[in-house]
Amino acid sequence: MTPLIEDTAKPGRAGTDSHDGSAPPSATTKRSSRLVNGYKWWIPWVFLLPTIVAVLAFLIVPLTAGLFIAFTEWNVVSGIGGIRWVGFGNFQELFQDDMFWSSAVRTLFYAGVGTPLAVTCGMFLGLALNRPMPARGVIRAIFFLPSLVNVIAAGTVWLTLLNPRSGMVNQFLRAVGLDNPPGWFTSQQWALPAIVLMSVWVSAGYVAILIIAALQDLPTELYESAKLDGAGTIRQFTTITFPGLVPVLTFLLITSFIGRSQGFGLIQFMTSGGPGDATTVLSYYMYEVGFHWYRFGYAASIGVMSMLAVLALSIALFKLQRGRGLYT
Amino acid sequence: MSTTTALAAHHAPRPGLIRRQRKERMAWIVRGVLMSLLALLFLVPFAWMVSSSLKQNLDIFEIPLRWIPNPLVWDNYADVWTGERSMLRYFSNSTVVVVATIVGELAVVSLAGYAFGQLRFKGQNALFLAFLATSMVPAQLLLVPRFMFFRQIGLYDTLWALILPGLASVFATFLLRQHFASAPRELGEAARIDGAGEGRIFWSIYLPMARPALAALAILIFDSTWNDYESALIMITDEAKYTVPLGLTRFMSEDGTVSMGPAMAGSVSSLIPVLVIFLIFQRHFLRSMARVGLR
Repeated sequence: MTPLIEDTAKPGRAGTDSHDGSAPPSATTKRSSRLVNGYKWWIPWVFLLPTIVAVLAFLIVPLTAGLFIAFTEWNVVSGIGGIRWVGFGNFQELFQDDMFWSSAVRTLFYAGVGTPLAVTCGMFLGLALNRPMPARGVIRAIFFLPSLVNVIAAGTVWLTLLNPRSGMVNQFLRAVGLDNPPGWFTSQQWALPAIVLMSVWVSAGYVAILIIAALQDLPTELYESAKLDGAGTIRQFTTITFPGLVPVLTFLLITSFIGRSQGFGLIQFMTSGGPGDATTVLSYYMYEVGFHWYRFGYAASIGVMSMLAVLALSIALFKLQRGRGLYT
Repeated sequence: MSTTTALAAHHAPRPGLIRRQRKERMAWIVRGVLMSLLALLFLVPFAWMVSSSLKQNLDIFEIPLRWIPNPLVWDNYADVWTGERSMLRYFSNSTVVVVATIVGELAVVSLAGYAFGQLRFKGQNALFLAFLATSMVPAQLLLVPRFMFFRQIGLYDTLWALILPGLASVFATFLLRQHFASAPRELGEAARIDGAGEGRIFWSIYLPMARPALAALAILIFDSTWNDYESALIMITDEAKYTVPLGLTRFMSEDGTVSMGPAMAGSVSSLIPVLVIFLIFQRHFLRSMARVGLR
């Protein structure tokens, strides 16, 4: 799935091969086809049973139920019996729901600006941290720290740091001569950018660690021969480093985009979607519809729509980098 | 011709070489200084968190801001760790969830990883692909049905609602399958000929070999479970069952007024277990993060 999982390609392929290959030799007699490699056919299923049960209970059943609920009108008060089939009613309502569309636009901003920003910053951070320097391990660890913080602790600090009057950020901005620094979480205009900035602080170090791991996998011979051919630093980056990083970057873009478009904890805690609707992204809107207004059917239909959007965008992104021929 | 010039460059007179070494050393230091400064900037929120946690509530919003609290107060920590809303309770709830999730998830997932990676059975590849496909299901869509599901089976508002979903980790199954697949098949075959049972082969031959992968997974599960706020927000209403992130929100306001001091003290406390694990297993941690990439 990812190039970073070291032995994905090799054993995976070897596994398939030996599977195809080992079947005929062991099938020397007709009876032994029931005994693959000397154990009874049901043994693997015993090992798989707990996972199958868990996946059914916590993934397949909820998913199916979620798809079903999206076509119903249902609130928790009326119990299971109160479920009413409304067909595409929820979706019709969604298309006329201004809040849905504006949340979608805000999600697009939050994930669409925040993700490339975080991945780009993280990439340059990773490149810088890959070069030799004193105390490199400690410095790397420091950048990674923010990704270990829970959203409430991070949110609490940033609420005080970005306090419009007494916050450190605005005090600094005033000190360098900015008379009217942004109001951040109290401003309709700046609340979402503030969350984007915060998310960069959270994830840049994590991106950098993955970039460093990928850089170490790049063959050093390429750089040596490039140097012999007289390629400069920029040229080495554009012809060797960047193409080599494209698979990781795509992976990071897709997973962080999905992560950003789904998480609502930070927003729920820090701004509750406000001020006004300034930070009501789709995931938060869905949470609000479901768990404040108890309109579970409508919430599920928002979930279905955002799932389809994320799926389409991920596929597009994946296709795009394949089409470039950078990653085969 | 170009080779001769390249060789000539390599055998450059000594002063040039020394100058280049000195330049490289300078660059080494400059890079260190620049990145340290940037790292300090990244540390500011942490330093501020610690500083504020030792301040009286009003002093946190004091202008101009002060790094060293005056007076230095430990009351916030005392507040947060004793009394009715106590970090102690949240910590013990979170510990139960984290330990149960790690043990349960590793047990379930290593069995499946072994079956996919070492054993051979009909429909194996198809089933594995179906497994991978379920990892595409977005958490968002699962929110409402899971809430209903746990209400229906009577586990809503219990710690079970936070522990059980971890058992269905497609991602962890995938990771362990890779590890088991790279183990030699001959060991198991030899043991089978010697008459060992399948459970024994798994338990005493292959499972120990997967120890590094299991350790890496345990660290990742610890991190994501300890920090999980959203599941707790949806599934838990009884304050006695709050986990750490959910409990932290309780310190923000006391009697309707914003009380940042306790919130900061709670935040610092909530980070300590993660930091300790991180510092102990730092290399391991970063490597597993890098290898795994997810979560």
